[in-house]
Amino acid sequence: MKSLHRLLAITKKEVRQLRRDRLTFGMIVGIPVIQLLLFGYAINTDVRNLSTAIADQADTHLSRQFVSELRETQVVNIIRRVDTPDALVELLRRGEISVAVVIPPDFERRVIDPDRAAVHLLVDGSDPTISGVARQLQAMPIAFDTSVRPGRRDNIEVRAYYNPERRTPVNVIPGLMGIILTLTMMLFTAVAIVRERERGNLELLINTPVSPAELMVGKVIPYIVIGMIQLALILLVGDLLFDVPMRGSLADLYLAAAAFIAANLSLGLFISTAARTQFQAMQMTFFVLLPSILLSGFVFPFDGMPPFARYLGEILPTTHFIRLTRGIMLRDATLLELYPELIALGAFTAVALTAAALRFTKRLD
Amino acid sequence: MSGEFAIEAHGLSKHFGDLKAVSHLDLKVPRGQIYGFLGPNGSGKSTTIRMLCGLLTPTEGSATVLGTEVPGKAHDLKPKIGYMTQKFSLFGDMTVLENLQFIAEIYSFPTADRAARIDELLEKYDLVGQRRQLAGTMSGGQKQRLALACAVLHRPELLLLDEPTSAVDPQSRRDFWANLFRLAESGTTIMVSTHYMDEAERCHRLAILDRGVKVADGTPQQLQATTGMHIVEVLAEDPYRAQEALDRAEHVASVTQLGIRLRVLIPEQLQDPAALVRDHLESSGVVAEVRLTTASLEDVFVAVTMPATEEAP
Repeated sequence: MKSLHRLLAITKKEVRQLRRDRLTFGMIVGIPVIQLLLFGYAINTDVRNLSTAIADQADTHLSRQFVSELRETQVVNIIRRVDTPDALVELLRRGEISVAVVIPPDFERRVIDPDRAAVHLLVDGSDPTISGVARQLQAMPIAFDTSVRPGRRDNIEVRAYYNPERRTPVNVIPGLMGIILTLTMMLFTAVAIVRERERGNLELLINTPVSPAELMVGKVIPYIVIGMIQLALILLVGDLLFDVPMRGSLADLYLAAAAFIAANLSLGLFISTAARTQFQAMQMTFFVLLPSILLSGFVFPFDGMPPFARYLGEILPTTHFIRLTRGIMLRDATLLELYPELIALGAFTAVALTAAALRFTKRLD
Repeated sequence: MSGEFAIEAHGLSKHFGDLKAVSHLDLKVPRGQIYGFLGPNGSGKSTTIRMLCGLLTPTEGSATVLGTEVPGKAHDLKPKIGYMTQKFSLFGDMTVLENLQFIAEIYSFPTADRAARIDELLEKYDLVGQRRQLAGTMSGGQKQRLALACAVLHRPELLLLDEPTSAVDPQSRRDFWANLFRLAESGTTIMVSTHYMDEAERCHRLAILDRGVKVADGTPQQLQATTGMHIVEVLAEDPYRAQEALDRAEHVASVTQLGIRLRVLIPEQLQDPAALVRDHLESSGVVAEVRLTTASLEDVFVAVTMPATEEAP
């Protein structure tokens, strides 16, 4: 009973301090909303309007028709016209364009010759996404070519489940939920404890009857609530602005989030036992955050990563949470179906929490 | 088991790597007294206090505090001690009242008496006007009073104060000591570290620490009586020249200038120290008044922390 009262005293104090810390309070709301707006609109794997220059050396009716069809795809945005391929290479090198189109003088003859390519596409291949998109243009038919070759029929028909319009935000926002919670939850807890150490409050606290467990749990409770508020905010903005579907059960999502928040707070606590200053705590947070962004399946499809990166990704709580959110929100999966991810989060929490509790002693040496 | 001593330590040592912060410290602190720890910065005062409340693990030795062994059972000890850190360690972004309430909750102070106790402390430590002020915005003296109020809120048997007056003005220091005496009278044992002589003089007993070693202990009177030195006071027109003359002189253990006066320490075994000093001054052509006097605590401090007539290695 006394223990519970001490725990609540710590929580009450934490909330009181949080309420006075306007910057942190602002970050609770600001970080999710701003990042959501930023990345919801900015991250787009559906590439369009690549800066393009054209050297139309044929300059015939057919070549002009080809160019206008090219423009209609909206994949390219023709910003320059030059005379020679050399000028195109120069523009590519200077980074002014990503795609260059060369229409040779013998364009019309090449179109009917099955052995020779009619058009050359020079692509800035340093960005694989751009070269991938440019490759789509290969499939583009050229006007009177259609009558020469037999109409092509797809052998394989693709049906995109869950996101038929292939809108990026549908995939990005459930993932972003994981990234935002990782950042705020880990950082807030780590900094909250390290700050007390820096200010000397901890020396006073550890000389009172408060136990390490009461101190840690008491400090963490307000952040669990904050995490849930952030989750609600992200869901709201995702629904209102990006029309992200919520196909599964909201209760499942919140349960998954609770497990994920627990994992991040445990990690934050562990960081707080290792860091001496707020700056160190911040650096350690980013050490975890970066792989959480890159290896969790948030940016790149998880299955496409090399085995080593996948193993690393499996360790990160964000990976499992992103699978949970995408599963629940987009595919109407239930927690029961996704139980391995929950077990992974639980195991991570147990390990991080044990490590933190072992490291946190009521001593200074 | 708790006996007449609040603190008993045997051979307490703490090493940080190669640094021997505290070496083989023996301590006996009687209950209900103010026990002072006098020493310069880095002499091991804070380290000792931290070991006594279980914050640091001794490298060697052991201590019994209020009948509890530390660091082993430090947790049982926490409710019985009050600790005031050297640096202000309360919450600057909470008000005086909120800080006191928090401390009351942490120590599970009976809810029914809580408000009355806090009011009593606000009154006693002159913080009534500041009750709604954020602790971080208060003056040094006010912060110190709040820290003391928080340290004594749960009525601890033992108070450990780590340089409590290092950041406050002389008036606040006097008031602070008046408060300490009041607490000692009501039965609280107080251990206080300081580097102020006048504060050390107010303690019932004190220990002088120098580079981690206890070089003397006893009541201030005992210490003053057993310096092993004659104290010669020199009143010179040109104290600087007098000091120069005496610094070079044989048999002079130490010379300290206090305004226009010099305090000269001469080993006890020498006869007629005043004449000795007078001779030295005359041979250097310095005009001065010389008289024998009694040791102050500062003389004791100088005498015991002096690099003793070191034998060549």
